[in-house]
Amino acid sequence: MYKKKYNFNSSKNININRAVPFIGKGFRPKTKRWMGYFVFFIIIAVLELATRSGLITSLTLPRPSDVLATMIELFESGLLFKHLVPSTIRLIVGAFIGISVGITIGTLIGLFSYIRSGLVPVIAAIFPIPKIALLPLFVIWFGIGEGSKYALIALGSFTPTVVATYGAVDNVDRTLIRMGQSFGLSWISIVYKIVLPGAMPGILSGLRISLAIAIILLVAAEMLGAEYGIGAYILEAGSLYDLERLFAGVTILSVLGITVNVLVTILEKKILKWRV
Amino acid sequence: MNIKINNLNHFYDGSKVLSNINLEIMDGQILSIIGPSGCGKSTLLRLIGGLEEPSSGEIIQIGSPPLDSLNMMTYIFQDFALLPWRTVEENISLVLEDHSLPSEVKRSVINDVLDRTKLKDFSYALPKQLSGGMKQRVAIARALAVNPAVLLMDEPLSALDSQTRELLLEDFVSLWCRKPFTAVYITHNLSEAVRLGHKIIVLSRRPGKIIETIDIEKPIADRRLIDKDLDEYQKNLWNIMHDEARAADAELLNV
Repeated sequence: MYKKKYNFNSSKNININRAVPFIGKGFRPKTKRWMGYFVFFIIIAVLELATRSGLITSLTLPRPSDVLATMIELFESGLLFKHLVPSTIRLIVGAFIGISVGITIGTLIGLFSYIRSGLVPVIAAIFPIPKIALLPLFVIWFGIGEGSKYALIALGSFTPTVVATYGAVDNVDRTLIRMGQSFGLSWISIVYKIVLPGAMPGILSGLRISLAIAIILLVAAEMLGAEYGIGAYILEAGSLYDLERLFAGVTILSVLGITVNVLVTILEKKILKWRV
Repeated sequence: MNIKINNLNHFYDGSKVLSNINLEIMDGQILSIIGPSGCGKSTLLRLIGGLEEPSSGEIIQIGSPPLDSLNMMTYIFQDFALLPWRTVEENISLVLEDHSLPSEVKRSVINDVLDRTKLKDFSYALPKQLSGGMKQRVAIARALAVNPAVLLMDEPLSALDSQTRELLLEDFVSLWCRKPFTAVYITHNLSEAVRLGHKIIVLSRRPGKIIETIDIEKPIADRRLIDKDLDEYQKNLWNIMHDEARAADAELLNV
């Protein structure tokens, strides 16, 4: 093929006069905004058609239009907010505690040798524990009410935040710190004006992971001893094999996840304006 | 204020990087230090500024720094070391913030240094918007803002292209002529060394020791890019350095 393209053995190529072929195609993925919506639309349309035609029985999957109807009903009856409000509060309180303690500990690990040597193994030991397994323990410690739910979400979002934060602090450009020292900046100034802003990109990308884990644990926590909450709603629907309501609950969780992601993106755009 | 270095030796993990350095930095003069790569020039500069402790020997300050000096030994780095999240003005204000100056004083200091480095129109720009030469001007403005007793410049022009380098050299000269400052200028570039140095010190390859000291009488303001007198010095320096540089180039690095 190449032989043909370039005419290696031909004596005629002396007089050839044409454009150099462009060979730098591809390997440059870009985000096409409409493509995401399009894929969503196709999946839902296929499901709708398949369930309507009987190809998929209503026992296997609920009809998307029925799920939508369930959600509208949920909204109109006011039950949606009865479930959504306590869930959102749990998510905010739990994640706030976990993330703020996580950033603090992560920064300390990034700054002090003794704290680093002492805590990094502890964090490595806590990280892989499925936090859901600890829920009974938290119920004993903090009671069946809100306390145990906050604790579970906080612990779940704490570990990824710590790891992201101290990694980010480690990656702060040392020459900037050296510069701060050479100008006689105080320790506090160096931490607040150089280390923390420099670590912000890493901390914020850790935030995405922490918040996703927080949502997973929110549902898990609400499956035990919660009257209202998205998790409780899903659990109840699940135990009745009410697939429309189950899917309605799952959809709400997806939307919650997307919302959180959008909020982090907005935050990133605002805080990291300076980035190239 | 002068700085005097007596019998300084420095080791890294048992291997000698600087050997028996004796020199004096004179008030109001620029001292150029040149040497092959890896000869310990930058280490010497870090020692002078106190970012590292010498293994043996002493670095003495003779006389007192100017009263209004906020930071006696001030560096200008090769890679500028600007905070990318702060604007030009905020980068300069960074080094004043810890000194509890009244805000009008701070304001006037910032305006003065922006003016001297011709950065007035860029005070609200972020570093990512600036060219390399502009970034280094900001770093120079920041260094001038603390009114240093000694400016320690570590290859300040090495990250720039040669035209920008020439422009900044001219800026250094005019800044010095307007208000002479004391400086140590580390470089591996012979023409920069002879353009700016009142005195030039040549270091050998590792372990760095002083192999030559040259004084240049011609006033800094009269030196030019193409300058017969400087050419002589430059040729001379290259003769001294040539073999050292070749030997340094052939060495294996143990890092």
